[in-house]
Amino acid sequence: MTILPDRYAARLADARDRYRRLGDRPGAIGLWALIAALFLWAAIFQTQLFVVGMIVGSVLALGAMGLTLVFGILRFANFAHGDTMMLGSYIAYLLFTGTVVGSQANIDTDIGISLDQLPGATSKLGDLSFGYGLLIAIVLAGVAMALFSIALDRLVYRRLRRRNSSIVIFAMAALGVAFSTRALMMIIWGPDPRRYVSGIHLAQHYPLDIVLKTDQIFIFVVALALALLLYILLFHMKLGKAMRAMADNADLALVSGINTDRIIIWTWAIGGGLMAIAGGLLAIQASLKPDLGFGLILPLFAATILGGIGKPQGAFIGAMVVGVTQEVSVEFFSAGYKPAVAFVILILILLLRPRGLFGTTS
Amino acid sequence: MTAVLEATGIVAGYGEVEILHGVSVSIGQGEMVAVIGPNGAGKSTLLKAMFGLIPTSSGRVQLNGTDITNQPPDRIVARGMSYVPQTENVFPSLSINENLEMGGFTRSDGLSDRLERVYTLFPDLTNRRGDSAGKLSGGQRQMLALARALMLDPDVLLLDEPSASLSPKMVESLFEKIGEINSSGTAILLVEQNAKEALSLSDRAYVLATGENRLDGDAKGMLESEDMARLYLGE
Repeated sequence: MTILPDRYAARLADARDRYRRLGDRPGAIGLWALIAALFLWAAIFQTQLFVVGMIVGSVLALGAMGLTLVFGILRFANFAHGDTMMLGSYIAYLLFTGTVVGSQANIDTDIGISLDQLPGATSKLGDLSFGYGLLIAIVLAGVAMALFSIALDRLVYRRLRRRNSSIVIFAMAALGVAFSTRALMMIIWGPDPRRYVSGIHLAQHYPLDIVLKTDQIFIFVVALALALLLYILLFHMKLGKAMRAMADNADLALVSGINTDRIIIWTWAIGGGLMAIAGGLLAIQASLKPDLGFGLILPLFAATILGGIGKPQGAFIGAMVVGVTQEVSVEFFSAGYKPAVAFVILILILLLRPRGLFGTTS
Repeated sequence: MTAVLEATGIVAGYGEVEILHGVSVSIGQGEMVAVIGPNGAGKSTLLKAMFGLIPTSSGRVQLNGTDITNQPPDRIVARGMSYVPQTENVFPSLSINENLEMGGFTRSDGLSDRLERVYTLFPDLTNRRGDSAGKLSGGQRQMLALARALMLDPDVLLLDEPSASLSPKMVESLFEKIGEINSSGTAILLVEQNAKEALSLSDRAYVLATGENRLDGDAKGMLESEDMARLYLGE
């Protein structure tokens, strides 16, 4: 039964059909246009916030690319990624300062051995606020977190894989890992904020009224360099190509003779290393607090889903969008709403194009 | 004739469900053997069991005289057997060239030589090396899947219903290509719904039904047999 005359109903059905055949292509074009417009507008009218947003985005990108690799290859949402990122920055803190929380309130314990004891390790490099000791600490934290992630896989996720557990169980296990990691940081370093380096770090003035600390430029350059390395790995090296193949079709990867267990280990190693370095870079310009990792989950997931799950190049662009949008929003809303910005982005993608910018339909 | 691949008394299935109740097949060097039978006979399951994708609870698989029962697929590939699944048999977001590289993953030497050899066999793929496999048509995908499996120049190739969901014209050129691969010395075990085509292409054939061997023999003879025509060829 229809309330429309037949020929109109037919025409309407036709139009609906044509629209449906377009699929989510209009959504994708709309999304790209929206991103282009946002970047252009922000770059011209909010240059300072745009630049800061790109810096924040570049660090987020390291976390998001690790998250999306794990997502693509192991097929589950690793809700622990934010907290383990934070653990990475704390490990760098421990290696650099040798400090853990003491048995009495407000008195820390020094474990006696740390990188800041190396000769000249704390003397500032150029205009940066830190010396080479911290850099070594962050690199070593990357190695430690790579090993930690592999161990965690052995202990938790591999068991679930062998039982063919559903993705819900995987996600719940990841949540458990997130809570445990946070509790561990709370126990070892206490709830109070900590800093890698104390003291005032002055910003420099640049053309176009941009004001930046040299640390921020350093962070941006390192993050971009690592993203570039990851790109080279994934698109020009055998291991990386096998990782992409496995994300595409794990069964076919197995059939092709790829040792998928080994690819999983490499995925955790790379994801873990990236997350620790991202955490370390983040902590250079902010403070460390055990519960900060939880706040990272939303922007990380927004970036990952915006780019298309399992697509590192998408996660990179997604992280830049989230970073810039969050920073620019400060001009209009209180900074307390920054996490809400990531949430709004997430909702927009899920409405416009659920598979994200680079995602494929399965 | 020495068997390049020999499976004896294979019992296998998914979890608690036993699909194969003791199936035996054997393929001689350079031979083309078809496995036909109705839906649910266990044809695809047999390939998966032989390739180590599902556990074999009893029975034995030998490749070139070596026991490969329940070996992981990467070992089996390295020993000279390749497998083309029925569906989702290319990596859609990888380029054609990368798909082939993945086919040769277990070996690190002589990649460019092997690529050139496979491209010579599949000239249509040559000028599309950089295109992502997801852009290919159904027929081209099957060709790429075959090409991927040939990267290591295997002694045996297992094909799971390569003609499924292809147009009749595509099926013809695909079977032609399969014949070409076989005449270059690669033994092929071909599982097919399309029994007539498969039989006319093969040297020998096995008929499976409900997870057991039902018949085996000369493929041409089966094609002419009246029982076969009535039972399995739908005439």
